[in-house]
Order: sequence, then structure tokens, then C-alpha cells
Amino acid sequence: MSETISQSLMRLDAPDKIAGRAKYVADLKMKDCLFALTVRSPIAKGKILQVSLPAMPEGYQVVDHRDIPGENIVKIIYDDQVIFPVDEVKYIGQPILLVVGPDKRIVERLAKAIKIEFREEQPVFAWENSVIRYQFTKGEGDAPFASAANTISYTYTTGYQEQAYMEPQGFIGHYDRGKIVLVGSIQCPYYVKNALIRALACDPDKVRVIQAAVGGAFGGKEEYPSLIACELAVAINKIKKPIKLIFEREEDMLVTTKRHPAQIKLAAAIGADGAIRALRAHVGIDAGADIGLSGVVLSRAMIAATGAYTIDNLAVSGDVYLTNTVPTGAFRGFGAPQMLFAIEMFIEHIAKDLGRDPLAYRLDYLAKQHDKTSTSGVFRDPILMPEMVEKAMAMSGYAAKSERYPREAGYRGIGMSFFLHGCGFTGSGEAKTIKAKVKLEKDSEDLVHILIAAVDMGQGVHTAMRKLVASIMEIPIETVIYDYPDTDQVPDSGPTVASRTMMIVGGLVARAARALKESFIPGQHQVAEEQYVQPDYIKWDEDTMQGDAYPAYSWGVTVVEVAVDPHTYQVNLEHAWSVYDCGKAIDELMVLGQADGGLAQGIAYGCLEVMEHDQGKIRQKNLTDYIIPTASDVPAMTTMLIDNPYPLGPYGAKGVGELTLVGGAPAVAKAIEMAINKRITKIPATPEAIMELIKHG
Amino acid sequence: MAKIEFTLNGEVRQVDIDPTIRLLDYLREDLDLTGTKEGCGEGECGACSVLFDAEVANSCLVPMGNVAGHDIVTIEYFSRTERYRILEKAFLEQGAVQCGFCTPGMIIAAESLLRKKPKPSDAEIKIGLSGNLCRCTGYNMIIAAIRQAAKEGEGLW
Ligand code: FES
Ligand code: FES
Repeated sequence: MSETISQSLMRLDAPDKIAGRAKYVADLKMKDCLFALTVRSPIAKGKILQVSLPAMPEGYQVVDHRDIPGENIVKIIYDDQVIFPVDEVKYIGQPILLVVGPDKRIVERLAKAIKIEFREEQPVFAWENSVIRYQFTKGEGDAPFASAANTISYTYTTGYQEQAYMEPQGFIGHYDRGKIVLVGSIQCPYYVKNALIRALACDPDKVRVIQAAVGGAFGGKEEYPSLIACELAVAINKIKKPIKLIFEREEDMLVTTKRHPAQIKLAAAIGADGAIRALRAHVGIDAGADIGLSGVVLSRAMIAATGAYTIDNLAVSGDVYLTNTVPTGAFRGFGAPQMLFAIEMFIEHIAKDLGRDPLAYRLDYLAKQHDKTSTSGVFRDPILMPEMVEKAMAMSGYAAKSERYPREAGYRGIGMSFFLHGCGFTGSGEAKTIKAKVKLEKDSEDLVHILIAAVDMGQGVHTAMRKLVASIMEIPIETVIYDYPDTDQVPDSGPTVASRTMMIVGGLVARAARALKESFIPGQHQVAEEQYVQPDYIKWDEDTMQGDAYPAYSWGVTVVEVAVDPHTYQVNLEHAWSVYDCGKAIDELMVLGQADGGLAQGIAYGCLEVMEHDQGKIRQKNLTDYIIPTASDVPAMTTMLIDNPYPLGPYGAKGVGELTLVGGAPAVAKAIEMAINKRITKIPATPEAIMELIKHG
Repeated sequence: MAKIEFTLNGEVRQVDIDPTIRLLDYLREDLDLTGTKEGCGEGECGACSVLFDAEVANSCLVPMGNVAGHDIVTIEYFSRTERYRILEKAFLEQGAVQCGFCTPGMIIAAESLLRKKPKPSDAEIKIGLSGNLCRCTGYNMIIAAIRQAAKEGEGLW
């Protein structure tokens, strides 16, 4: 079956989803279940002076910081995020307490009647309070600037992006003989479990976390659910009854994590021959009020500083700024979309400023196998970009169109982006922090159970993993079982993030499947376990950010064609073409689905999705204010997958989920740039932004 | 409270209910018909789509007072039909389902569209889906699925 692994299988979990039988967290019911509603800070910064409760009817109560048995910390990376504040708040929407009771409407009424007195303080919105600063260099660093013939610099800015998964966040939980059980819409069962252990100061076997069907996540359900889970677990621990906490859309939009706004300053030292002698980059990102995952987001952005190109001399620095705004966090791409937009535009802008042909100039710098990466590691595996660029150009008619459109000045444009995405955790994350474990268990009826913590949030883990095991063991897929992860059943195979699931977790599952196949005894209960071991040629120095930041890279080329309305500046997306190298598709249709969905989000990030805050308050509070693409907005898409098997991935698979997003924004921005003949340095390039550029340059 | 009579999933019902309760809550909370989802509660996403006299409608915007005398069909009932089977097959084969949260609503919207236009053009399909958001698929596979269903289900709509 190995030749045909990419052949598409119908998604095994789809029939239940289509029929509405799949149970998402809001669909779950428990007897005598109470409802919880969060009371939040209306101010961006200040002290809590007094909380006055209305008369609470019998059976209704509040839960706050005094009810936390363990540490008042949401375990993520840094200990700076509280579950419930003691006496100070630092952003609008920060949870302060829960109101819990049997009737939702009464809970709502009570929550409204709670009066909290604050002493407001001056909030900080400017990017001045850096809490994390990283830097690294390559080659001669920025020394060549001293002798450069010419320096070209640009600053690129990107806004918030909201994950806008269709299913809002939520959990339902209950107390089961001394144990707290939570079922939720989550990406990372063990992140939640570990956060609960700390908040409740309990033994690991006193908490159990189960995934419900997840209605989309895109990173938005990576770390944020840990906060909700801690709040709810504290409530359940106090009240000892089932409680449900489901966000409304508006709540979800206003308070959950979003993509970090970024400002990226790039400068190039240009030699007399017009070549780039060195690149200097500074990446600033806005973490909001808690650091959360921002350090990791920053490092991924910085490591992507040269995009799909090789530049020999580099000096990269970056800062994470704290502000009194809603915390930002994980979102598909994780820092890379910001950086890829910036570097893709920058190389184009350098070429234009030098009067060179942008495409030829860019092709000259494309990374090749054995080149040094930005962090002086090595691109070990074959890079097929030249061939991929050729294919993308042929499919899209790029050469002719890019020659014609600027000449015709008919507000049409075509843009092409080159990009890569590092697969798996950055640096030593896999080896030192995650240490993924997987387990296959064959029962006495020869059913093989896949025990992993990787969740299916729509990307197809359920089908892909079953297919992988069935294919390796050469057994019918019906005899391979995958259930939504339950921390009482599955080992910690790590979070479902960072395009690591197929390559890393799938790689371990494949190894376990091979072992099980070899030792197969019919009718006997058998177990095969595997744990991640970093290949020893992968070296990474955390402090200097030197070495191999990722074990492997996926690559892509995306072309977008637009027509800009000369009167309204509305951008019509005519067509998008992409070519991806994600090693080997474990299921072609599923990869194509990731490609379509990721690209739609990436293009919308570049030209449609606007989110801003006003004095710390998010202005877009629903899906009318925050526009995501509808069926009429997305262009037709043509996708081609190139086989380039990665030796350590199962059947050669690398990561795919994030790759497909990162090329969207630069491709559409370049297309718009061609259509209006102005430099785009800021996304989203909305009609208002385009008008501004046309009127004032 | 008000006495309301209407047809739900082929059965005539009489209920004594607060007429301001949303149809969506009645379906999900009172009847446990959870195939109809809540994505926004404000008429923006279409996850809560039901057939209201055979037209797609957002059940989050319909107070129970307004269903009196009307015919409501949810995914649970529609999924027993032959037309559903055609749509299901097309959605499966075209890869139109990822997280699935929008899918029951998409199916309802597709049914309503195909009733009016059994042979829709792509542009008509896009308009037919304009009230239904999907964040996972980028829509093209959903559009392809509806195209396929229209073809394979010729004569059924
Ligand atoms: S829940 Fe009704 S339209 Fe979104
Ligand atoms: S499949 Fe996830 S929202 Fe449509």
C-alpha cells in the first residue's frame, strides 16, 4: 500500500459530522448541570477595590481567586498569567470571577448585577515594555553595512488576525469521586491537564481531560483553553457538581488570543553589483497583557527572517512587548506569516528600488540544499523550489500576465510568493520539552487502538492515523481504532500544533505499527510504545539561537491573481495557484483540504481581515464586524503537490497544516501592488488602505 | 407563555412555551436536537440553519412565537431522505468536511438551494451559501460537492 498511501480515503469521522451526530462540547449534557458565566474587567488597567454581589438566590454562587486550591497561575511557559486576579486587572475582558447556577438566565442577570469598583491606572498601549529580547547573527552579521554601496530599508506592519473557528470555546466538567473530569474543545489535552494539576495542587490522577469534537481551532485552542479549564475546575472543585462553560461568539472574539500584531524593520546592505551583502531584521510583536507563548512565536518569526532565501550575513533581533490589551497567542503559522509577508515584500522592493527584475532577483537568492539556514544550521534535504516555481508559473500564466498587467494599467495584478515552514517545535522543543510518547494496543480481538494525544480538529488526524497504521500493518482500517484523546487512556504525545502531528507523532505511530506487525500474535493482547528521540545530527543552542531550528522544512509557491476595482478599490480574487512540497501526502484529498483552507485564511490575512483595538478594547466583536471570507470571496484554487519524501517522516510526510497559510498574504499583497503600482508595506491591504496608498502614496 | 402549533420534522406539535425563546434553544435544549449548531447566535454564520417552510433560515434569529403554523425541518430529519444521501456522498467524496461544525448547516443550505435551482451554476451555489460560513475548507470543496450532488441527484430536486 505504500505506493498508494496518498490515495484519498473518505474521511472516517465525516458521516457523523454531516448528519449532526458528532458531539461538540456544547452538545453534551449532564444531569443537574450548572452554568457558568465569566465576569470580566471593563478596564484596561487598574486595581480592584471592591466587589459587591447582589443577593444570591439559593444554588447560585460566585467563584474567584479565593477558591483556588493550588497556585493562582495558568501553566503555559511563564508564570505571569493568573486564573482569577486578586486585586489588579491588566486588560479589558480579563476574567475576574465566575457566576455559577442552574438557570442560565438567572446566572446572566446575577452577573450583570455584580458591581466591581476599580481604581483605574494609566494603561500602556505603546510598544515600549519589552519583556523578551532575542538576537542572533549569521556569517559576518551586519558588519557589511559599514562598507555597503547602498542601504535599503523598509518597515512592514501586520495586524491582529482572529482564528474565527466556527465553534466557540468551551468546556463541560464534573466531579467524579474525587476526580475532576473536563471535556472540551481543545488542541492539547496535556497542556490542559498539566495546568489543572498546578491550579488544583493535586495528583495527576485526580484530573482527567477529554477532547470533544472540535469545531476548528487553528491555534486558538492551543493555550487559551487552559485558562478556561482552570477557572471551571476551580468551580467544580468548590461546588462538586457538573458545570458547563461555553463562550458566546462575542465573548470569544473579544477575549481569546489572536495572531500577534507585528512590526518588522528590515534593512539590506547592497553591494556595488546590486547584491545583498547583509540583512538586518528587527521583529517586534505585541503580546498583550500576558507573555503566553509569545517568546516562541517571536523565535519562529525571527528564524524565518530570510524566508525561502539564503542570505549569508544576517543580524536578527526581536522583542516581545507587553501592553494592556487582550493577550495574543497561537495561530496557524505562529509568527511565520508576519515574517514571510515582510521578507517576501522586502526582496521584491529591493529589486524594484534597484531597477532589477524582481523575479530574477528573487530566484537568485532561493535557498538550495546544503545551504546554511538563517541560524547556521543546514538544509539537509533536497529543495525542489526551482521546479515548483516553474510549475506554478506554468499553471498560472505568471510570465505573460506579470509582463502585461503593469503595462496595461488596468488594475489587474498577479503576485507570487516563495515560502517555507519549519516542521515541528522550534529548536530543542521536541527533544527537551515535549518528549512525545505514543502507544498502540492490540486487544484480544486483534483490534489495534491508537493511543495518542493528537486531536482531530478538522485536519483529519482520525483518518490519517488509522490509515497509516492499517497500511503499515496491512490490516483492514476497520480494525484500527482511534478515539478522541482522553488523558486517562493516552500517553502524552504532545500538543496538536506546529505542523508536528503527522511528521513527529505519525512517525512514532508508524514505528510502533512496524514493531507490532513484527511481533503480531493473533488473539493476544500486545502493546507497542515509542518515544521521540532527536536525530543526533540535529544540534540547537537555545541561548545563541544557532544550529538546526527544525528537523525538516516544507516548501511552497503560491500565485494569486486579483482585479482591483478602480472606483471602490475592492479586491476581487480571480484565482490562486499553489505548489507544495510537504514530503508525501498521507492522504491527498485531506492535504488539498488543508491547502484550500489555509490559503483562504492566508489571503484573507493579507487583504480582508481587520481587527483593531481602541484603547484596549477590541472593536470587532462579531462576525459582522470581523469579516472572514464567504463562499463568494474565495478565489478558485488550483493546487499541486510535489513528492519529496522526508526520510524520517512516515512514508516521507512532513508538516502541512501551517505551510499553506504562510504564502497567502505576500502573494495577494504583491498582486495588489502590481495592480495599483504602489508599495504595500502593511496588511491587511483593504480597500481603505488601497485608497490611502493611491491618494497619498 | 403561549400555545404554539407547528410542524417539526414531519410531526405536528403543540407546545406551551415562552414565545421569545429562540427556535435554536428549543431544538437543542428542549429536544436535544443538537445537529443544529450555534456558531454566533446573531444570524451571521448559518451553523444553526434549519428549513423553514423549505427555505433555509437561521434558527438563532427565530423566536418560537414565529414558528406558529410553519413547517420546520432539522438535519436530524432531513438526513433520512434520499436527497440527503446524495449530498452526503458528494460531501464525502469531495472532501467538503473538515471540523464539521458548519456542515449540517451547509447541507440544509444546499437542500434549500437545490430545491429552487436543481441545476445551479457556480455563481448560484456561492450565493446559496452566502449565509453559511466555513473557516476550514475555503469553500471550494463544498461548492464542488453541491455541483456533484446536483448532477447525481438529477430529478430528485
Ligand atoms: S448561530 Fe445562527 S447564524 Fe450563527
Ligand atoms: S468544516 Fe470547519 S467550519 Fe466548515
